[in-house]
Amino acid sequence: MTGPGTPPGTAPTGPVQRRCTVVRVGRVAAYTRLRLAAPEIGALARPGQFVAFAVGGPTTSLLLRRAVAIYRADAHGVEVVVSAHGPGTHWLTGRHEGDELDVVGPLGRPFPDPDRPGSAVVVGGGYGTAALVGLTARLRAQGRTVTAVLGAATAERLFGAADLEGLGAEVLVSTDDGSAGTRGLVTTLLAGSTGAAAVAEAAAVYACGPMPMLAATAGLAATAGVPCWCSVEESMACGIGVCMTCVLPVVGDDGRTRMLRSCVAGPTFDGSAVRWADVGTVPPDTVGAPAAAGAGH
Amino acid sequence: MADLHTTVGSLALPTPVLTASGCAAAGRELAPFVDLATIGGVVTKSIMAEPRSGRPTPRMVETPSGMLNSIGLQGPGVEVFLAEDLPWLLDQGARAVVSLAGGSTAEFVRLARRLARAWDDGLRPAAVEVNISCPNVANRGLVFACDPHSSAEVVRAVREALPPELPAWAKLSPDVTDIVAIAAAALDAGADALSLVNTTLGMAIDHTTLRPTLGGVTGGLSGPAIRPLALRCVYQVAAAFPGVPLVGIGGIRTGWDAVEFLAAGASAVQVGTVIFHDPSAPARVADQIGHALDDLGLACVSDAVGAAHRGLPGQERR
Repeated sequence: MTGPGTPPGTAPTGPVQRRCTVVRVGRVAAYTRLRLAAPEIGALARPGQFVAFAVGGPTTSLLLRRAVAIYRADAHGVEVVVSAHGPGTHWLTGRHEGDELDVVGPLGRPFPDPDRPGSAVVVGGGYGTAALVGLTARLRAQGRTVTAVLGAATAERLFGAADLEGLGAEVLVSTDDGSAGTRGLVTTLLAGSTGAAAVAEAAAVYACGPMPMLAATAGLAATAGVPCWCSVEESMACGIGVCMTCVLPVVGDDGRTRMLRSCVAGPTFDGSAVRWADVGTVPPDTVGAPAAAGAGH
Repeated sequence: MADLHTTVGSLALPTPVLTASGCAAAGRELAPFVDLATIGGVVTKSIMAEPRSGRPTPRMVETPSGMLNSIGLQGPGVEVFLAEDLPWLLDQGARAVVSLAGGSTAEFVRLARRLARAWDDGLRPAAVEVNISCPNVANRGLVFACDPHSSAEVVRAVREALPPELPAWAKLSPDVTDIVAIAAAALDAGADALSLVNTTLGMAIDHTTLRPTLGGVTGGLSGPAIRPLALRCVYQVAAAFPGVPLVGIGGIRTGWDAVEFLAAGASAVQVGTVIFHDPSAPARVADQIGHALDDLGLACVSDAVGAAHRGLPGQERR
């Protein structure tokens, strides 16, 4: 499983497929952290990228890859945070140290740096915050002030507050049930006086979490006139750009809407370009939409 | 290891394993994982005359040993394909099989004529696969390939519009009562080979809403779940038309899966859904075919082709 375009002794420049050993398994609140020995993937990975796992073992009946955001990456490997919500992710969270996993990565477009000096705001929902930790480290290394606004359904489903505090970010927390931080939605906290002030003066806003959270965050950033980068979580079959299942309507530089693949055009999108209200549909003015192309046969 | 070279009619391939249409885009995204020049070939995602947005999401549901897809032939249209995708694929040294899809016979003809012009300009794919069997279009999956007359009309029109040197394969649907009758119609209309089979129509229901899960309501079922069904289609068509070039498709995941299709009568196979699971599958499956043929004591692919009908070399049944 070496990359065919990679001569021996040459570092790969794109995604690779490797069998990687699980070197550490940890439970964090409701989630499982998996650390993998994956030097090539770790060396290539940039904040905002993801890896795709084969699940279930060699005779599995679960054929589709599970895409998981990269939480940490270094020259030795990568670490991810997995939330068990279906049979595939349950299998992943049941791995032990020494197990091997078939991993493809790093995949997708990373978060860009802000296009000007100044502070940044990161907005994380649940384990989506994992995708923002490496980014926050980079922003802090650039000398930027970072305000993190984190939310989850319950305290048990919060992730990453201590990581971000450790990086020197100012962290605001909310939970739907009030079991940690302010009671309510993270986007309500973001729209409150402290959050809104941070957004207003930021050079960029970054977000990773559920679609409604991303939509609301993109709206708040747009109102404040601040660039916003959102990492979407669409369900994917392959993660590498061949299956065409993970599409969403995005407006291009030419003002036209296209159904873009979140695995290769994303998962990081300009929040002002995604047609959030139309996700799950093909808007009639999309390039090649049925109204324009004819109904077929 | 056994010699993996094979042929589909006049087309020679270095291995019997191609990518199935819709599972490798136009090859570019697969290139980091597999050497496109050394696999059997790349069958492109179906090309249509105009850009097409496809269907709304969700477009995919995982099912036992398979998946449903409801993509709806999203693509950039033939002009972008010919300007950007096909030249790149040919530059890689890949054997490109261009899959064509149309909403009408006229659209198929338009596509075939456009490919003929590109052929004259030096853009020369290895073959064309006529997709008359995509279920993700209107009319409840009632595709051309459900009817022998419609199948023949499209295949004849495409065959006549293409350069004579460019083989035209017809890709058939398993959702028919008599696959042999459809195969007969496509062959009579001039198909140089048959690709068997496309996905079979299915659906899933969401457990929270009890509404259809897929945005397109129904979708094509693929993966190992349909392998026995696909294998049966290949066997029946090979039995009816001995010697006709067949390409076996449906749930192939391993070398032994592929060898079953060779034995049933296919001289090449396509891997599709397994690429989502393992992007290096087109090379891995070919390698495993070699080992399987070694285990059988066979020297080459053709020794296995049709063995389910006539027995292994030296053990032929009458």
